[in-house]
Amino acid sequence: MDSSETWDKDAVAAIVAALKPAPGALMRILRRVQDELGWVPPPALPMIAHELNLSRAEVHGVATFYHDFRHAPPGRNVIRLCRAESCQALGAEALADHVRARLGVGFGETSADRAITLEPVYCLGNCACSPAGVINGNPLGRLTPARFDDALERLLRR
Amino acid sequence: MTPTLATIFVPRDSGALSLGADRVAAAIAAEAARRAVAIELVRNGSRGLYWLEPMVEVATADGARVAYGPVGSADVPSLFDAVFLTNDPAAHPLAQGPVEQIPYLARQRRMVFARMGVTDPLALDDYITHGGFRGLARALELSGAAIVAEITRANLRGRGGAAFPAGIKWKTTLEQADPVKYVVCNADEGDSGSFADRMLMEGDPFLLIEGLAIAGLAVGAAQGFIYLRSEYPHALRTLTAAIATARERGYLGSSVCGGGRAFDLEIVVGAGSYICGEETAMLESLEGKRGMVRFKPPVPAVAGLFGRPTVVNNVVTLASIPAILEHGGEAYNQLGIGRSRGTIPLQLAGNVARPGLVEAPFGLTLRELIHDFGGGTRSGRPLRAVQVGGPLGAYFPAAMLDLPIDYEAMAEAGGLLGHGGVVVFDDTVDLARMARYAMEFCALESCGKCTPCRIGSTRGAELLDRVIRARGGGANLQLLRELCDTMAAGSLCALGGLTPTPVLSALKHFPEDFGLAAAPT
Repeated sequence: MDSSETWDKDAVAAIVAALKPAPGALMRILRRVQDELGWVPPPALPMIAHELNLSRAEVHGVATFYHDFRHAPPGRNVIRLCRAESCQALGAEALADHVRARLGVGFGETSADRAITLEPVYCLGNCACSPAGVINGNPLGRLTPARFDDALERLLRR
Repeated sequence: MTPTLATIFVPRDSGALSLGADRVAAAIAAEAARRAVAIELVRNGSRGLYWLEPMVEVATADGARVAYGPVGSADVPSLFDAVFLTNDPAAHPLAQGPVEQIPYLARQRRMVFARMGVTDPLALDDYITHGGFRGLARALELSGAAIVAEITRANLRGRGGAAFPAGIKWKTTLEQADPVKYVVCNADEGDSGSFADRMLMEGDPFLLIEGLAIAGLAVGAAQGFIYLRSEYPHALRTLTAAIATARERGYLGSSVCGGGRAFDLEIVVGAGSYICGEETAMLESLEGKRGMVRFKPPVPAVAGLFGRPTVVNNVVTLASIPAILEHGGEAYNQLGIGRSRGTIPLQLAGNVARPGLVEAPFGLTLRELIHDFGGGTRSGRPLRAVQVGGPLGAYFPAAMLDLPIDYEAMAEAGGLLGHGGVVVFDDTVDLARMARYAMEFCALESCGKCTPCRIGSTRGAELLDRVIRARGGGANLQLLRELCDTMAAGSLCALGGLTPTPVLSALKHFPEDFGLAAAPT
């Protein structure tokens, strides 16, 4: 997890400038940074704190509270698997085992070639199509190891 | 110009998308072009019959809509043959007959979900044609107090999970002197087994907008927020577009419907925190902070967002408002049983043959829901457990399926109805593992404020590991029960407070999974 990677200072500065006046600005800024950069670079936090006149501790607290805010850049592709009750009822754990074995990574890890980051998610609201997952923002339902393998193949072919 | 031969509906609902609906829509467009057949392709909401998704509907000149499902792109040519060539649509192997006659749908009492799947969710004129904005029109003629009185007459209880009477919340906020007030929609639907809010936001967004506008008029709030979980990107896109359209057409803005009163909406997206579905943690998050639970009093209705009087309501609660204004609170109050009035959109999920959205008056039993609607387990194996109300709900055994679905009955049975999600498990489920998961989930999502929740959940998972390994009662089991007591009594909110519910229900009804011979004392 290399959080000393380069990050776009100007992009973050622009986001802060745009959202600073909004109510609850800190959350909105972190959300937009996560959405645009794919992660919330820890070195960006002091800059954000300074602009919002908050303590660095406060900003650090918010940035580390929420599961969505990554502290290192993700791999080129992000795969999320739901691990909540409805998906468990239809084999999400066995699917998770299959996926981990296939990708060679655990939850919260990125593959050595940086192709894939695997993340857990707790309910996608797609419970009528369990087991559910998301690949690069595209929802997948009624997942089985075979359907996952198909989707993975299509993904890596690109 | 060739006249349109048919209107073909393919859902844009994210559940349908997850099963290939976009590919089906593309195949249909391509096939129509290939055959030089003029069709109108509409991306509707999902009807909520998910085992049939992608469910394609074809409306012919006489207006009747016939359903086909589940459709894959490879089925499209034969579908076109059936509809346009042989003129015998019923003969196709995927034909489900006229949509409105499909038993699963026909047996429901759709009120909040009446438009779901019928219209193009973003076509405002469609919304109006199907009865939209009549509630708002009536609300504009009434005083805030009169609107609140109507909601109170309906005995509408919050559908988010706490089931608190909406009328009392609104009345409290209305009576505050503060000139600045807010309405916040809780769209942080995080419970596993729940998807009614997602469907509503994706499939009938104007209904939510209308409900919010009425709420604003009722209590005197000019600004509303929708706190939307980040796991719902399609709902975000749909709601954003719907709000823009509503604003363009004057339903939102500085003068709602030209009546002189202002109300506008803003969506704020969450960041993956389950606890931000708790109303005070949500307000903290909206204020740009960690989602820490607040003490009550003061209740948000008195001092909420940024300290101002704030109405916080769930998506379904707000979506219920327009009909109450249009038809009156008394009509709404007629349906239901006991103190649970109106209808509830139940979400049937997990290991069930026919998962989906079932809106019915309170009083339906679990057995009727799971067997008559749901068709039993999907795997075909015996049903062993049902979790009702999300991760903080009890696990009920098959023997308890005659429980009626209402708030009080579920509570008396040691569980909760919550947001109405029902997750079915077959006999491959291990309730000891599910109990351990309940503690693990609590540890993951705890805001950290209360020691019994923050640390108790971690210790609870460890204790459960030991109870399971020991294959029997003993000191660890007693300790687990004491821990559950402490969490229930010492937690500020329902996360720590109700995590013991699934754990204790698993121990009570499925002792064998813990290596216990019979119900332990």
